[in-house]
Amino acid sequence: MEMIFTDENFDAEVLKSSVPVLVDFWAPWCGPCITMGPIVEEIADEVAPETMKIGKCNVDESGKAAQQYNILSIPTFLVFKKGVVVEQVSGSMSKEALMERIKKHVE
Amino acid sequence: MSNKIIIIGSGPAGWTAAIYASRALLSPVLFEGAEPGGQLTTTTEVENFPGFPEGVMGPELMKKCKEQAKKFGTEIISEFVEVVDFSSRPFKVTSKGKVYEAETVIISTGASARRLGLPSEKALYGHGVSACATCDGFFFKGKKVIVVGGGDAAMEEADFLTRFANEVTIVHRGSAFRASKIMQDRVTQNKKINVVWNSEVVEVLGADVGRVTGVKLKDATTGEIREMQTDGMFTAIGHEPNTALFKGVLDLDERNYIKTIPGTSQTNIPGVFAAGDVQDAKYRQAITAAGSGCMAALEAERFLAKNE
Repeated sequence: MEMIFTDENFDAEVLKSSVPVLVDFWAPWCGPCITMGPIVEEIADEVAPETMKIGKCNVDESGKAAQQYNILSIPTFLVFKKGVVVEQVSGSMSKEALMERIKKHVE
Repeated sequence: MSNKIIIIGSGPAGWTAAIYASRALLSPVLFEGAEPGGQLTTTTEVENFPGFPEGVMGPELMKKCKEQAKKFGTEIISEFVEVVDFSSRPFKVTSKGKVYEAETVIISTGASARRLGLPSEKALYGHGVSACATCDGFFFKGKKVIVVGGGDAAMEEADFLTRFANEVTIVHRGSAFRASKIMQDRVTQNKKINVVWNSEVVEVLGADVGRVTGVKLKDATTGEIREMQTDGMFTAIGHEPNTALFKGVLDLDERNYIKTIPGTSQTNIPGVFAAGDVQDAKYRQAITAAGSGCMAALEAERFLAKNE
């Protein structure tokens, strides 16, 4: 299931997570983000939560994380492992292409 | 087993072809491609698509087209086609190493925003280099950005970016804009926008720190190179058709658009059709793409009936 990350829970849910985390930085006014939304949801439904946590972070409502990680373009996908960014990719892409980038980090 | 129709691409042309072909019970298979939804997903409001007096968001329009195609039985594959073989029928289309066969193919791979083609631009993509002002303008609140280009799209982006940035500089290769009078006026009246004429970006600076810090500009008349500080670079220098897959396979024109027989969607290979921006350098509208997608589906249907 897909999670919602915010400025409030980012530290606990993302940085201190015991499993790798995929964060989809998005905003409602960004077209490619809207396209990627359902793709990320599908991936979240397919990947076992004990191997990777998947969720989105609305940069309009929760801007701190985006600022901290120098996000200058959305959609941007970051994979965190033990609080460290291990993968970064921006732009819209097919489900396969996104899977390709994250699956090596699934535990 | 061979499919009746394979559609490559998921913009207005592809979805319209899929809606028509699936309603005709031809069970089309559609490959969504590398940029699902196509160019409309990087726009905001579409105000000139008939039937939407209040306007419609580009991504929303594409989402609805997809639902409509799905409803009538289009099989959607969220992958991109790597190789095509149109040398004999059934035609072959390869994705992720798997070969799909089809009696007819409709190509609607569209066009993509052109890039400058600099290695430093590629390295900083997503780190201050952007091809989508509506997506990324937000991150440049109170900052300085440049827009490269001289057409209507460049004027529109520059104007839009002044909602966020303190200072927007249009960098243009020539000494006059190609943009329409109304768009030029909008730019000259906007106090946050200034223009650097006769200049070309030859390098984007900042790769060492991981974000854009400036650009190197070359003066077209004197050849002199200077640096300009900026936090972001947006490009609006036109589009190019996504036809790399079809080079040497189909007849392309001098600008790499797929050639179709005038008044039809037929390419030089019978049974292979092209619709939308991939074959249209002239109109490039959502509605004309949709219209030509419809033509391609009807022509494919006729082709199938004749060749059965």
